[in-house]
Amino acid sequence: MKTFKSGGVHPEENKLSAGAAIEALPLPEKVFIPVSQSLGAPSKLIVEKGAVVKTGQLLAKGEAFISSNVHSSVSGKVSRIEEITDTSGYRRTAVVIDVEGDEWDGQIDCSREIKAEITLSREEIVKKINEMGVVGLGGATFPSHVKLMVPEGKKAENLLINGVECEPYLTSDHRLMLERSREMLIGIQILMKGQDVKKAYIGIEKNKPDAIDHLKKLAAEYPGIEVVPLKVKYPQGGEKQLIKAITGREVPSGKLPIEVGCVVNNVGTALAVYEAVQKNKPLFERVVTVTGKSLKKPSNLLVRIGTPVNKLIDFAGGLPGDTGKVINGGPMMGKALTTLEVPVVKGTSGILVMPEKESKRMPVVNCIRCARCISVCPMGLEPVLLAQLSENQMFENAENERILDCIECGSCHFTCPAGRPLLDYLRLGKNKVGIIIRNRGKK
Amino acid sequence: MSLLTVSGSPHVHGHQNVKSIMYGVVVAMIPAIFVSVYFFGLDAARVIFISVAACLFFVWIIQKYLLKGPLTINDGSALVTGVLLAFNVPSNLPVWMIVVGALVSIGIAKMSFGGLGKNPFNPALIGRVFLLISFPVQMTSWPVPKALFAPGVTDAVTGPTTLGILKEGLNAGKSVQELMGSSGFPGYMNDMIGAQGGSVGEISAIALLLGAAYMYFRKIITWHIPVAYTGSAFVFSGILWLVDPARFIDPVMHMLAGGMILGVFFMATDMVSSPMSPRGQLVFGVGAGLLTILIRVWGAYPEGVSFAILIMNAFTPLINRSFKPKRFGEVPAKS
Amino acid sequence: MDNTLLFAVISLSAIGVISAIILYFVAQKFRVIEDPRIDIVAELLPGANCGGCGLAGCRAFAEEVVRTEDLSKLNCPVSSSEAMKQIAAAMGLEAAERDPMIAVVRCSGSRVNAPQKVIYDSAVSCAFAHSLSSGESGCPNGCLGYGDCVVSCKFDAIYIDSVTGLPVVSDEHCVACGACVTACPRSIIELRLKGKKDRRIYVSCVNTEKGGPAKKNCAVACIGCGKCVKECPYEAITLVNNLAYIDYNKCRLCRKCEPVCPTGAILETNFPPRKEKPAESASVADTAEA
Repeated sequence: MKTFKSGGVHPEENKLSAGAAIEALPLPEKVFIPVSQSLGAPSKLIVEKGAVVKTGQLLAKGEAFISSNVHSSVSGKVSRIEEITDTSGYRRTAVVIDVEGDEWDGQIDCSREIKAEITLSREEIVKKINEMGVVGLGGATFPSHVKLMVPEGKKAENLLINGVECEPYLTSDHRLMLERSREMLIGIQILMKGQDVKKAYIGIEKNKPDAIDHLKKLAAEYPGIEVVPLKVKYPQGGEKQLIKAITGREVPSGKLPIEVGCVVNNVGTALAVYEAVQKNKPLFERVVTVTGKSLKKPSNLLVRIGTPVNKLIDFAGGLPGDTGKVINGGPMMGKALTTLEVPVVKGTSGILVMPEKESKRMPVVNCIRCARCISVCPMGLEPVLLAQLSENQMFENAENERILDCIECGSCHFTCPAGRPLLDYLRLGKNKVGIIIRNRGKK
Repeated sequence: MSLLTVSGSPHVHGHQNVKSIMYGVVVAMIPAIFVSVYFFGLDAARVIFISVAACLFFVWIIQKYLLKGPLTINDGSALVTGVLLAFNVPSNLPVWMIVVGALVSIGIAKMSFGGLGKNPFNPALIGRVFLLISFPVQMTSWPVPKALFAPGVTDAVTGPTTLGILKEGLNAGKSVQELMGSSGFPGYMNDMIGAQGGSVGEISAIALLLGAAYMYFRKIITWHIPVAYTGSAFVFSGILWLVDPARFIDPVMHMLAGGMILGVFFMATDMVSSPMSPRGQLVFGVGAGLLTILIRVWGAYPEGVSFAILIMNAFTPLINRSFKPKRFGEVPAKS
Repeated sequence: MDNTLLFAVISLSAIGVISAIILYFVAQKFRVIEDPRIDIVAELLPGANCGGCGLAGCRAFAEEVVRTEDLSKLNCPVSSSEAMKQIAAAMGLEAAERDPMIAVVRCSGSRVNAPQKVIYDSAVSCAFAHSLSSGESGCPNGCLGYGDCVVSCKFDAIYIDSVTGLPVVSDEHCVACGACVTACPRSIIELRLKGKKDRRIYVSCVNTEKGGPAKKNCAVACIGCGKCVKECPYEAITLVNNLAYIDYNKCRLCRKCEPVCPTGAILETNFPPRKEKPAESASVADTAEA
C-alpha cells in the first residue's frame, strides 16, 4: 500500500457522517457573500446596493492574475454591502442579499443529465474555469485556472486528484466520490485536457473502501485515469505528501509541484470544473460536512456560499448544549470560529462542533526532548527547535532551519506529550520570516 | 452555552502525555524489580523504596521551598529516576548513601538545571557515578544472589560481579576460558535469568528485555539507540575476541554481563539526555557502545556503561546540531 | 631525578617562550586600531543594548557617533539629556535639546469595559493571538493582554495589571526606547511627550471601526463622533478612520476635550482634580476607570 515515507500521525478518524447522503440545505433568508474568497488579490465589486441579482450572477470580478470571480449564490436583492465578521473575528467586506425565490441565471444548464462530451478547446477550458470562479476546494482556495496555466519551461506530466480526505471527521469528499462520481471523472478529463496530460491518479485512503471500489469500476471506462488506494496516514492530503505517496517524487523545498511535473486538484474541484465547463454553472454552492460527537444528525450538506454557519448547525439538529468550540474545517488544520454568524465560503469543507471537554488544550509542561515532533514531521523539520527559535524571536536562524517548509499540518502539536503549542509558534515564526523576506526584497 | 474557545489548530491531541510516558517506563521496570526481589530478597525492595521516596521528597522540597514554583511531583519523572537509581546500586547499600545518591540525582543533576527536560545528563547515572566515586567499597561489594527463601545461605555474603571476576582474573594473568570455567562463575544462563552478583536492577537480562519490549510497543522508545549501542558494542568486542579469545571476553558475555541491557534500554534511551534526530541517535548509540567496551577492556573499572552514557550525554548538544533529520525535498547542493 | 626536574623546567619554559612569541605575532597581525573615543562614548551610554536608537546596540551607537561626528540625527532615547550633553562634550559637539518621551498604552478595553466573548487557548503571545483572531473581547484593534510588550521591555517598565488585564507603563522606569512600540502587533503603544509633571492627554483607543461595532465590543471605544475635534481650540485633534487622535506637539493640555467625550475614551493623567462641575467630571472619571 502506497504512502509518503517520513513522518505522519494517525488521529482518530471519527468519520461520523460517512454514511449520510448529501442533502441540499434549504435556502436561508439572507446570504452574506464575502467579496474575496480565494488566495491572491482581492476581487473588485461590480454590483451596488439595491441591485436585483439572479443565482449565478457575477458579483465581484477577480482582475489580478491570482484572484477569482465571485458569483451570487441566490436570487434576490442586494440589501447592503457592509463589513461583516469573518471566521477569525475581523471584519471584511461582503454583499448581503435578501433571498427572493431561486431564479437561476439563464446561461446555466439546469438539466440533470450528464454531459460527457468535452467540446471546448484547451484555452476555452482555462477561460471558462476562470469565469466561473472555480477555486481549489480542498481548503487553500487557490484559483484553479492559475494551476492550469503551466509556467514556461515546465511540463505537467501527471494530474493527481486528491480524494484522500485525511482530516478526521470530514466526509464531504468521500460522499462526492460516491454520489457524483461520473461528473467528477468527466471533470478530471477536462482538467487533463486543460493541462494536456495523459495520466491522472485519484488518491484515496484505504478507510474509504466503498469509494475505492466504486471509482475503480467506473474509472475503467475513462482512459488514463487510475485509482490509487493509499494507506491511512495524516497529512496525506497535503500536496507534497500526496505527490510523494503516489509518484515517489519529492517537491524541492520552496518550489511548486509543477517542478516535478505534477498538478494536484481536489475531487470537489474536479466536480466544480465539470459543472463550470459542461453546465456553465459558476461555483456558488459546495458540499459541507457538518459533524461533531454530540451533534444530533451529522450530515453532508449541499450549501449555497454565503449561508450563515448557524443555519447548517440548526439543520443538523441544533447546537448541542455542551458545545465548547466550533471549527471551520477539520480538527487538524481547521480554524476555530469566534461567532456562528459567519458565512460558508468556497474554502469551507466542514463545520465541526466540539464538546466542551474536548475543546481545551492539555496543560503545557516542560519539553522532555522526546523528539516525537521530529519523527512525525512530514517535512523532516525540527518543530521543537523552530518553535524555540520563534519564541525567542530568532527569526533569521529559524529561516535557516527552513521554517518556511512547514505545511502547518499540526502533527507536531498533536503528538507532543508535553502539550506544547509548537504549531502556534511555528506559524508565528513563518509569518515573521515571511515579512523579513519581503522587506529584504524591497531593499 | 458557555463561551466558545478559540485556539490554533490542531484541535485534537494524541493520547500520549509526559505522565503516561513516565509511568510506562515504570511499568517496564516491574519485571526487573520482581527478579531482584527474588534474588536479593527484601533488601532490594528496601533499596528501591528508599530511593524512590528520597527522590520524590527532594523534588517536593526543592520545588516547594527553593523554586517556589508549581509542583510537578506526580508527573512520574522523579519516580523513574528513583527506580533507576536503585537499579544502579548494590542491594546492601546503607540507607544514608541511597539518600545522598538521590540528593545528587535530583538536586544537582536535575533541579539545578531547571527540572524536567532541562538536565544534560541522566540524573540516575549522575547519582550512581557520584556514589561509585565517593564510596567505592560499598558500591562494589555485591551480595551473592540466592533464590528467595533458599535455605542455608546467610545474608551477609558478598561477592564480585561477572565482569568483576573477569577483570580481576585477567589482571592476575589468567585467561578468559580459565575464568569462565571456574566454579562460582555465573555463566550465560545465570546471567540471562539473573542469578549473578550485581546492582539491584541489572542482573536479569530477560526481565529487562521484557520491559524494553513493552516500551518499544508502547512507542516510548525507538529502536535507534538500542540497536546502534548493542550493535557497535557487539561488533567491537567481537573483533577483539577474534583477535585473542584468551584475553578478551566474547561479545555475548559482554551483552549479558553487567549493566549493558539496563543501560542500553533504560538509560541511553532517556529522552532528555539523548539526541533527537534518528541519525543523531544512531551516532549516540555507536559512540556509547564503543566507549563501553573501551572502558570495560582497558579502563580501571570492570563496568563502563554509566561512564559511556554520561560521556555521550555530554556530546548530545553537538550531535543535535550536526545530525539533522532528513529534510523533505532537500535539494542536494550542486557543485 | 635532578635531570627529570631540569628537563621539565626547561621544556615548560621553552613552550612558554614559544607561545609568547606566537601570541605576540598573532596579536600584531590581528590588531584592530579603534578610535579611543568609541570607548569613551560607550562608557557614557546606559549599556542596555535596547536598540531604541535604531542601531544594533550601545557599541554600535558609539561607533556611529564617532564615525559621523554628528549628534543632530543620533539620539539615545534612554540617556538623560545630561548624559547626552556629556557625550557631546566628549566629542566636542553640540547636543540637541530633546523633550523626554514616554510609552503610552492607547487602549482602555479592560475586562470590564470590553467583556470577554470567546476563550483564547493558545500560545501566550500577542503576535500569534493577533494572527489567529480578533481577541477575546472581539475588538479587532484593542489590547490582547498577552504581554509581548512586557517581554520586550528591557527596563521592567511595563507590567500587566492583574485586574484590568491591560499593560501599565511606569512613569518612573520608562525610558522611551520604543521596544514595546515595535513589539505590539496592534500598534497600540505610542511614544508621546512625557509632559510637565507627567501630565498627558490622549485618546486611549485605536479602534477604527464605526461607532456601532466599536461600541458593541467596548464601552470606552472612540466612536469617531468628532466632538473633541470641535472642542479643541488648538486644532490638535484630528479624526481619521472613525478615530480621534491628539497631536502631542500641538496639544496645550487645556483639558477641554476630555469632558466632552461621550464614551470616556480620552484619558488625562496626573492632573489635579477638576473644580467646576464636579458631578459631571465624576461620572466621566467613573466610566474611564471602570
